[in-house]
Amino acid sequence: MSKILPRPTPLSQPYWDGCREGILRLQQCLDCTRCQFYPRAVCSHCHSARLEWRAACGRGVLASYTVVERGISAAYPAPYVVALIDLAEGPRMMSSVIGADPADLRVGAPVELGFAEWSDEIQMPVFHLIEDARGELS
Amino acid sequence: MGAHSFSGKVAIVGAFDTPVGTIVGKTPMELCVEAGLGALADAGLRAGQVDGLVTCNAMAQPLLYHAEAMAEYLQIFPRYCMAVGAGGGTTFSIIHHAASAIITGMADIVLVSMADSLRSGLSRDQALLVQSSTGHPEFEQPFGPTVPAYYALIARAHMAQYGTTAEQLAQVAVSGRAHAARNPAAQMRDPITVADVLASRMIADPLHLLDCSLVSDGGSAIVLTSAEVARDLAQPPVYLLGAGEGHRHEHISQAHSLTTSAAREAGERAYGMAGLGPQDMDFAQLYDCFTPTVLVELEDLGFCAKGEGGAFLESGATLPGGALPVNTHGGLLSHCHPGNPGSMFALTETVWQLRHAAGARQVRDASLALVHAQGGIMSSHTALILGREAG
Ligand SMILES: [Zn+2]
Repeated sequence: MSKILPRPTPLSQPYWDGCREGILRLQQCLDCTRCQFYPRAVCSHCHSARLEWRAACGRGVLASYTVVERGISAAYPAPYVVALIDLAEGPRMMSSVIGADPADLRVGAPVELGFAEWSDEIQMPVFHLIEDARGELS
Repeated sequence: MGAHSFSGKVAIVGAFDTPVGTIVGKTPMELCVEAGLGALADAGLRAGQVDGLVTCNAMAQPLLYHAEAMAEYLQIFPRYCMAVGAGGGTTFSIIHHAASAIITGMADIVLVSMADSLRSGLSRDQALLVQSSTGHPEFEQPFGPTVPAYYALIARAHMAQYGTTAEQLAQVAVSGRAHAARNPAAQMRDPITVADVLASRMIADPLHLLDCSLVSDGGSAIVLTSAEVARDLAQPPVYLLGAGEGHRHEHISQAHSLTTSAAREAGERAYGMAGLGPQDMDFAQLYDCFTPTVLVELEDLGFCAKGEGGAFLESGATLPGGALPVNTHGGLLSHCHPGNPGSMFALTETVWQLRHAAGARQVRDASLALVHAQGGIMSSHTALILGREAG
C-alpha cells in the first residue's frame, strides 16, 4: 500500500518540481506583493493573474498540530503528526512535523523545512522543530 | 439589504425518525421513504400533497438524481425537487432555502427527508471514499489527515489560545450522553464520565474515541409549509423564526481562524431575522461531530464569550436541567450519526421539544430554540431559530 500521492496539474507542476529540487515554491503577486498557498491561477488577495514563483525561506511556526494515533491506512504508521504551519512569508499550509518527540511540540514553536520521499516522483515538504528552540519551549 | 425575512411565516408541521443505530436489511432509500411517510402521517398529510421534495444523497447508495429517485419511488410529482450536498450543514441550509421557496410560491408543502447507512451499508471501497473525501487531494490528503485529525487541529489551537483543557472538551461528550440516557431512541445510553472519555483510546491527540461521534444507519424527515396551511394540520406548528448561514472556507488549512468559525455570522443573521438573541433560547442543538465543535459553536453563537466555552461546559450548563441544555436527544456523539442526514435528528428533536412532546427529556416550558449545523471542517454553517409561537 502506498501513501496518498498528489497529482500535479499544469498549474502546480512548478511547485512539485521545486519540491524535488529541495525548494518550497510559493506564488507571489506582482501587483499586491503578497504570497499565497495553495497555488492558484489568480491572486486570492487581489485576483490579479500576474503571479510568479519564489522560493520560501523555509522558516515557519507551528499554528496547530495533532498526533494521529489511528492512522488513515497502513501506509501511514501511527503515531504521526499532522500540522498546520504558518510560513514566514505569510501563507499557512498543512504539513507534518517529523523527527520530533510529540511531547516537544507546542503551538507557536519555530520549525524549518525539510523534504520526505513519498514516491519516486514526489517529495513532500515536511518540517522539523528547530533544535535551538527546543530547550526554551519546554 | 437584509429585508429578506420569512420569520413566523413558515412552520414545521410533521417530524419523524426511523430507528437508528444498526439497521440491517434496509437500503438508505427505504429508510428515506419510511422517514418521509412517517413525517407526512405525523402532519396529517398524504404523499400526493407534497409539491416540494428535498433529500440528500446517500454514501451507501449514491444516486445521480436522488430526490427524483425518491419521488419516483413514491410516485409523487413535485414542482420543487432537489438533492442537496453541504455535508453536515446540508440539513439546515436547505431548510433556509425551502422556507424561501414556500414564501415565493415555488412550493406549498415541502418534504425534507434524509437517510443513510454508514454503519452497515458501506462497501470497503465506499468506506475508504468516506474517509478520504475530506481534505484537499493535492495539498492536505497526502499528509494522512483523518477526519478526527482535522478537528484535533481546532481543539489544539483552542487549548493553546484560551487554556481550554481535554477535561472541558470531554464534558461535551458527557453532556451528550446524559441527554441520550433519557432518550430511548438513542444509540448509546450508558452514562459516561470525564474520566471515561479521557481513558478511551486516543484517536488524534487531544481527541479520544469518546470525543468522536457515532457511525450509524438511520433516516429522518420533516414537513415544512406556510403558517396559514399549518393552522389546519394535525400537529401544533413549530415556527421558523430565523435562519442564517455563513461560509468561510472548504479546507481547514485555508481557514482564517481555527478558533472562530462562520457559526458567528450564521448566528448573527438568524438572530437578526428573529429579532432575538442567545439569551432568549431555552435550549440549543449544536453540531457535535467531535467535541471541539460544540466548544467553538457555544462561543460563536453567543452563548458565552470567546475563549470561555471550556468554563461554560464545566459549569454543567449544557446538561439536562442546565441553563442551556444542548443536544437534548444525545446529538451525533450519543444519539446517532448517519453522515449528511445527521442534523435532521436535531431538528425533529427540536420539534418534539417545542410541541412539549419530548417525554422524560422534555425541557421545561421550552418555547424557543437555536439549532445549528456545519459541514466540511467548520466550513459551512447554518443556524435556525424555532419557536412555539409565530412571533
Ligand atoms: Zn495580489
